[in-house]
Amino acid sequence: MDIPYVVQPREDTGLFNAKVGIWLFLASEVMLFGALFSSYILLRVGSMNWLYGEAKDLNVWLGTANTAVLITSSITMVMAWASLKLNEFGKFKAYMGATILLGLVFMVIKAFEYNAKFHHGHFPASHTFYAIYFTLTGLHALHVLGGMVVNSFYWGPGSKMWKTDPVRFTNRVEIGGLF
Amino acid sequence: MQPTTEETQQHAAHGAHHEELGFWRKYIFSTDHKVIGIQYGLTGLLFLFFGFCLMMLMRWQIAYPGKPMPVVGEFLQKLLGDEMVNKGVMLPDLYNAFGAMHGTIMVFLAIVPVAFAAFGNFVVPLQIGAPDMAFPRVNMASYQAYFLGGVVMFFSFFIPGGAAKSGWTSYSPLATLADMGHHPNGQTFWILGMVLLITSSLLGAVNFIATIIQLRAKGMTWMRLPFFVWAQFVTAFLLLLAFPPLEAAAILQLMDNVAGTSFFLPTGLAAPGTTTPLPISGGGSPLLWQHLFWFLGHPEVYVLILPAMGIVCEIIANNTRKPIWGYKSLVYSVLCIGFLSFIVWAHHMYLTGMGTKIATFFQTTTMIISIPSVIILTCFFISLWGGSIRFTVPMLFALAFLPMFGIGGLTGLPLGFNFTDLHLHDTYYVIAHFHYVVAPGTIFGLFAGIYYWYPKATGRLMNEFWGKVHFWTSLIFMNLIFQPMFAQGMAGLGRRMYDGGVTYAGADDPAAGLVGVPQWVFGMNRHISWAAWCLGLAQIPFIINFFLSMKKGKKVTSDNPWGATTLEWQTPTPPPHGNFDKPIEVHRGPYEYSVPGHDGDFTPQTEPDKR
Repeated sequence: MDIPYVVQPREDTGLFNAKVGIWLFLASEVMLFGALFSSYILLRVGSMNWLYGEAKDLNVWLGTANTAVLITSSITMVMAWASLKLNEFGKFKAYMGATILLGLVFMVIKAFEYNAKFHHGHFPASHTFYAIYFTLTGLHALHVLGGMVVNSFYWGPGSKMWKTDPVRFTNRVEIGGLF
Repeated sequence: MQPTTEETQQHAAHGAHHEELGFWRKYIFSTDHKVIGIQYGLTGLLFLFFGFCLMMLMRWQIAYPGKPMPVVGEFLQKLLGDEMVNKGVMLPDLYNAFGAMHGTIMVFLAIVPVAFAAFGNFVVPLQIGAPDMAFPRVNMASYQAYFLGGVVMFFSFFIPGGAAKSGWTSYSPLATLADMGHHPNGQTFWILGMVLLITSSLLGAVNFIATIIQLRAKGMTWMRLPFFVWAQFVTAFLLLLAFPPLEAAAILQLMDNVAGTSFFLPTGLAAPGTTTPLPISGGGSPLLWQHLFWFLGHPEVYVLILPAMGIVCEIIANNTRKPIWGYKSLVYSVLCIGFLSFIVWAHHMYLTGMGTKIATFFQTTTMIISIPSVIILTCFFISLWGGSIRFTVPMLFALAFLPMFGIGGLTGLPLGFNFTDLHLHDTYYVIAHFHYVVAPGTIFGLFAGIYYWYPKATGRLMNEFWGKVHFWTSLIFMNLIFQPMFAQGMAGLGRRMYDGGVTYAGADDPAAGLVGVPQWVFGMNRHISWAAWCLGLAQIPFIINFFLSMKKGKKVTSDNPWGATTLEWQTPTPPPHGNFDKPIEVHRGPYEYSVPGHDGDFTPQTEPDKR
């Protein structure tokens, strides 16, 4: 017997298997980052010498730009999925490519930010602020990297599935995008 | 008597490679939930035995402090080096490493894999009438991550400085300071191993929940699920949501150990053995680690116990030949436990000085969570009432589970009240309490499950006589080990002491007003150790029975040798890839035994109504 509901949703739940899986995975991610943010809050409120304002030596412009890049990449991701739903494979290729490219831009900007910190002598060991800064952003960078790898697969060799099983491929892009 | 650790270690390291190497796809890189379940089971049982061997060696040092270990002392010295063993005597560092790794291995590499992953993988898809798990390849990845985590943990014994030494709880700052001379040290390996194990259980949990939600057969409504499936469902949610905070904590501690951060290291912390402050930025919170650890640690307790309760429920219904009493109460209780287990964690931390108000809150929730646990146990006890009980081997283990878990649970109440916990905290009383829950509790549940589902997996029954020998000897020695520990703990004997407490707990100095623990407490150390070694011997019949029965055991004459109602017995034996050879439709609840007006004393879930 084949495993049911791989592609078509189950009637009483209205979901296909992988969508349940990815939502569960996201719940665990909430707990992971929830724990990290809670740790950040606890360490910050308990600290006698936290860094505030100028003392943090952060580049607000670079950070803002990177946030914009990240949100734009979310939009292109959704557009990539929507293109598949509209049966426009060429547009999917373009939007997906843009998503991957924006991920790359994000990583490059991040690298500049890190580099500047290192030049100013800020390392994880220097202060708990920088410790949490590098840990959280580093972990996020790993997630972005993972997303880029998966999306590159969908963009490149994985997109062959469009010809054999378009619904399943669209689903795949959807759960990849949710991540 | 004590199997050499090398042997065990080799077994542990190659657990998955035992089966026919020619069938790589079928047995090693399998995506079949039943094969993966058996892989998990064999590897987990090997780790269970390995963890037990560590403890049998530690019990020598506790009973006969400073005496060379018999038989294996010399050999261990050659294997682990002179810093760990001197003239056959176990040195403190090795004792600490064995203690930490005993806990880690038993919890994360033995019980959880066997209880959740092995039984869950093998039984759950069968019981809900599914052809496989929802994500077979994720399932394979889960096992591989677990196996790799086990290899990393095991390998850490042989690196310079040895394995992690800071208890299975790895409290900071001790965990960061314990082995500063070596990089990477045992603690780093511990963290990396844990990250792999957490990844494994995350993949497993997602898979289980998705499978139970999506792949139930036609007619298998939620209230027709066998209780075992409910227990696994809640367990999977606990793993899914409680493990990530430990992963976060592990990442932070890894940064402390490797990148020199101070997440858990307070300002002014001195290097070990000195008064010189360490060159760290400081400002960290040791309490934070404990919160993050126990946020996993307490749900983890229920991860250990719920699958065993599920197994016991199936076996009791089957062997009393009557429906389980209070099926709905069981389901709602297990859901309650699932929710409540997330808000009781700080009852492990009364002694930290976190404040009486917080302690009061967690004391209250802890008392509340005992209610659903008692409901579950009560339902099982009432289910026995009026049954015509078949005392098969699985039933014996299931029956013993009830009072043993009862002892473990009820002795937890004094630990849940903060004022009594202040006295009992970190004594042998605690050891006795949680071992009653996990050893004669969960492990008996697991044994019951092995004897019960063995015929489904292999087509042969395990030998009944040797099963009973295994049961009675295990029951007796388990109690001889853990019962005296309650007395030791109440007398004030602390846990984790290298010499069994002689130096510290036994110190008498009337001039300074110091009164040590009385001598009989130390006398018990020897009795307990001998009982532990005998318990090791008592497992030999099981091990031989387990392997010999695969070839020589009595063949089952039907696909349903126990006369059971649930779906896993409706498959061919052993179930083929894809499980069922006919479409499955469920018409009734899971425990319709001895229903008036029906032929025979059981009605399978697949049987349609006659009306």
